[in-house]
Amino acid sequence: MAKTSKIHAKGVRLVHPERGREPDDKRQRNAGIPLELDWLKQVQVNRSAVERRTATLIRRRSVKKQWQAAWLLRAVSCIDLTTLAGDDTPGYVQRLCAKAIQPVRRDLLQALGLSQLQVAAVCVYHRLVAAALEALKESAIPVAAVSTGFPAAQSPLAQRLEEIHASVAAGAHEIDIVITRAHVLRGNWQALYDEVTAFRQACGVAHMKTILATGDLATLRNVMRASLVCMMAGADFIKTSTGKESVNATLPVGLVMVRAIREYEERTGFTVGFKAAGGIRTARQAMDWLLLIKEELGSSWLCPERFRFGASSLLGDIERQLEYYVTGRYSADFHHPIG
Amino acid sequence: MKSKKPTPINVAKIFTSMEYGPAPESSEQALAWLAQFGGRFSLFIDGKWCKPKSGRYFESINPANAKPLVDIAQADKRDVNAAVRAAQRAQPEWWKLGGHARARYLYALARQIQKHQRLFAVLESLDNGKPIRESRDIDLPLVARHFYHHAGWAQLMASEFKDYKPVGVVGQVIPWNFPLLMLAWKIAPALAMGNTVVLKPAEFTSITALAFAQLCQEIHLPPGVVNIVTGDGTVGELIVKHPDINKIAFTGSTEVGRIIRQETAGSGKKLSLELGGKSPFVVFEDADLDSVVEGLVDAIWFNQGQVCCAGSRLLVQESVADRLIAKVKKRMERLRVGDPLDKGIDMGAIIAPVQLQKIEALVEQGRQEGAKVWQPSWACPKEGYFYPPTLFTDVAPATTIAQVEIFGPVLVSMSFRTPAEAVRLANNSRYGLAASVWTENINLALDIAPQIKAGTVWINSTNLFDAASGFGGYRESGFGREGGREGLWEYVKPKTNGKSTTGLSGDKQTSKRRNSKSTQLDESAQLPQIDRTAKLFIGGRQVRPDSGYSRRIYDNNGKLVDLVGEGNRKDIRNAVEAAHKATGWASTTAHQRAQVIYYIAENLSRRQQEFSTRIQQLTNSSKKVATREVELSIQRLYHWAAWADKHDGRVHATPLRNVTLAMHEPVGVIGIACPEPLPLLGFVSTVMPAVVFGNRVVAIPSPTYPLVATDFYQVLETSDLADGAINIITGERDKLSEVLALHDDVEAMWYFGSQDGSALIERCAAGNMKRSWVDYGETRDWFDSIQGEGSEFRYHATEVKNIWIPYGE
Repeated sequence: MAKTSKIHAKGVRLVHPERGREPDDKRQRNAGIPLELDWLKQVQVNRSAVERRTATLIRRRSVKKQWQAAWLLRAVSCIDLTTLAGDDTPGYVQRLCAKAIQPVRRDLLQALGLSQLQVAAVCVYHRLVAAALEALKESAIPVAAVSTGFPAAQSPLAQRLEEIHASVAAGAHEIDIVITRAHVLRGNWQALYDEVTAFRQACGVAHMKTILATGDLATLRNVMRASLVCMMAGADFIKTSTGKESVNATLPVGLVMVRAIREYEERTGFTVGFKAAGGIRTARQAMDWLLLIKEELGSSWLCPERFRFGASSLLGDIERQLEYYVTGRYSADFHHPIG
Repeated sequence: MKSKKPTPINVAKIFTSMEYGPAPESSEQALAWLAQFGGRFSLFIDGKWCKPKSGRYFESINPANAKPLVDIAQADKRDVNAAVRAAQRAQPEWWKLGGHARARYLYALARQIQKHQRLFAVLESLDNGKPIRESRDIDLPLVARHFYHHAGWAQLMASEFKDYKPVGVVGQVIPWNFPLLMLAWKIAPALAMGNTVVLKPAEFTSITALAFAQLCQEIHLPPGVVNIVTGDGTVGELIVKHPDINKIAFTGSTEVGRIIRQETAGSGKKLSLELGGKSPFVVFEDADLDSVVEGLVDAIWFNQGQVCCAGSRLLVQESVADRLIAKVKKRMERLRVGDPLDKGIDMGAIIAPVQLQKIEALVEQGRQEGAKVWQPSWACPKEGYFYPPTLFTDVAPATTIAQVEIFGPVLVSMSFRTPAEAVRLANNSRYGLAASVWTENINLALDIAPQIKAGTVWINSTNLFDAASGFGGYRESGFGREGGREGLWEYVKPKTNGKSTTGLSGDKQTSKRRNSKSTQLDESAQLPQIDRTAKLFIGGRQVRPDSGYSRRIYDNNGKLVDLVGEGNRKDIRNAVEAAHKATGWASTTAHQRAQVIYYIAENLSRRQQEFSTRIQQLTNSSKKVATREVELSIQRLYHWAAWADKHDGRVHATPLRNVTLAMHEPVGVIGIACPEPLPLLGFVSTVMPAVVFGNRVVAIPSPTYPLVATDFYQVLETSDLADGAINIITGERDKLSEVLALHDDVEAMWYFGSQDGSALIERCAAGNMKRSWVDYGETRDWFDSIQGEGSEFRYHATEVKNIWIPYGE
């Protein structure tokens, strides 16, 4: 990660050198590989063991004081600040973008020794892409659009592909696609592979995050297999959830996905990012996720190029924790500007 | 964090590096608690703090910085005597209080422990060097749970163990690796069953035991119920040898356990030993390898590897060995060793320099014996006693490190080709404490688990413990269980021990009659009898004794009745071999075994008259008593046939999403020296409960009346009994029993004979730490249903193996 951030005299600045592009990194963008069914057949995931690992992992490490403050700042830099509601309007998105540019109060940042801090991206529905781009034009923050019949992925394939084309044409830098869960549940890996490959093609230079909607996939084994197929099909990121399933990002699901990422990198040399989305609302949860990523993938994954939180209310809790760290007094939410 | 001005530069730096910082748990309150005692602890005897009579103290060292924490009293003989006296005085009252009152006390202890949970955890980490995460998240919750669970057993003792009473005063000696948890494992069941205790904590780690003593005072536990005497090994020795202690419970090394077995031999003290291990961690090719890696972390890098059941022998299927080892190394790089009070470390300090040196020496030896050693690139802290996680590959089963318990963070790995080979390697050890089996195939898992000689088998998991599940070993890992219903047997004894309830105890009658000279004429004296030769019965065949000698058998009138073979050590050897070959008997269904026993009863009943006459002739019993003996023998055969398929295991209710199967397994090959009186009933009562549960038996029949047993093998021969399931060796009982007790391939020895013989058996049993059951020369009333066929027999005839099977897809 250190390679990608620019350290200024006053502090640290973390922005994308190029919007939505792979940073200046030796690792290439995942080009995908042919579907390897044998690999999928070998997949073994033991749920009890996975749950034991996540339950103990977050108790094995403790990050306190300035370390905690720094880690929380890093969490902010990895947030895809998101609004995905039926009542989203350009005006609201504009406010959200302002928050994305200045997610933490300037005075707090200064007290913490950072000159600038931005979130990783703003994530909206296609209709709001233009508004977001407009609001973010002075910043380097990329815009992500959810796509392909989000959240259920039940519209015709042609339409879903068209949706990607439209968002890319509108200027979205990142596309968060949703997969057809039926392909996973029916073990139709070829269909899943073909679908995601087509999506990736449609994305072109835009980065593709593949939402597995793990809450719909029933088993961790399915999560592991779906993760691998999506990576084989060229996903830049794999993402847990839409935020609309009844169960969203959980640590066991995250553990299985990051292990898939690790194995994929070991076998192919391609680095794929991970996005935890849905249900992550507290600073404590954010810390747990960072611990999981650091322990299982290493510190180099703790950057927006490889790790994202899909969240809306998380930022507010982090702001309060940061203020507490700076002032020594517990904070109130109205101390922090809303999005 | 609160009022301190943060250092901005640091935040920015950390923001870039994303490193871990220190996260120390404060030791302030623990140190303040220690200071209350003026840096010096007394002994806890009879509910009071007592200065050691010797006036001597020793230092307890914090292994993380090698600095002394506090002074601990060195007890001597006078102190131990005082503690035992206090326990003795308190015991009858404590028992009389009743289960409900004892349950209230145990419940109060559980609550108190929970209230002081963090204090205990910090004290434990300070004193022992284990990570605060472990003492906080593992040790202490298990301690509290142990007291809660056993509060329940106190409540239920009257209904669930109604034929049993407390053992009395229990001497307990515990190790330093889980100081408070081992205390809980010892004290909770002892108290629940109405015993009182004298406990000696390990010399290195006495502090939490003394903190526990304070709780005992605070809940007003009656004085003398719990006594804590601290000191070095000499104190343990005093406890072990103390004549007024009725039972010893020990957890520690096999070496010391063996000495204790020898020391207590013949003393009549009950004994349970939880000793060393070299537990296999078996990984099949279809396992979830990433989870396996975490399992290994929990197996061998838990408590710095200073765990008796540590999964220290990695056995991995060849097809995935390289992949797994690569993953393990990667994971080892990420382990963090450091200050035990740091909340972000995986491994703390090794208990003491002596242990550190032992680990270093064994690792060096492994290297010299040609195994490849690997350690992560980072370095351990210099201050204090630390050792890095270590992995050996290319290890041959013959090397020292593959066999010896290292008791440190050192993993040795070997590979296997087939499930059968995995079992062979797993069982290629003197120990049998625990095992871990990793596969996603339930058929394979449940096939392998029963085949591994270990008291606990964890499927796709490791080091799971709970008060409801018994823990303990096979082989040289000791005997007895701790936890669960199976653990309570160690703290009770039958109420009827040695008391005749039927007035039919054959012993008195025969001994009386043996001296009386009868002038009665032998009616058949006129005609020469057809010569019959009583042989030995080995492997289903009648064989002549190796010695070529015979032993003359006289009846109670001193008249020569017949000859039996004079068995010797070679006959015993052959019989044990035959017994081992009869593996089919153990694996046949319980229904089938019941059928055989019923058939034996049927065939015996056809010859009821003959046996009755024979018994009368030999023992001079009245016809009535002899007939009763045969009748009761038939009943007893029915009793055990009935039990064959009803001695069910259990599914323990452990607080985890899993099934914990407490499976009853045969102990293996059992040597049985049958009681002298009641030659038929004594034989049937001792041999049948063993055989019916799948054990194979080498029986030494009544030395005075062996002919009943040699007649009996004809019944066995016609009853479809598997060859080798019962072997009968006649001859000098104690001499033959000694050979059996010394035999390293005999898993248990039952002895019903003399006091001296009992002592001999217990001493000899120390060789391979076999289970022994002896009567110390005390008569048992074989006509009585509790003494002759009670639950005791089932306990001695089975091992309880706990198999933990977490589930969930």
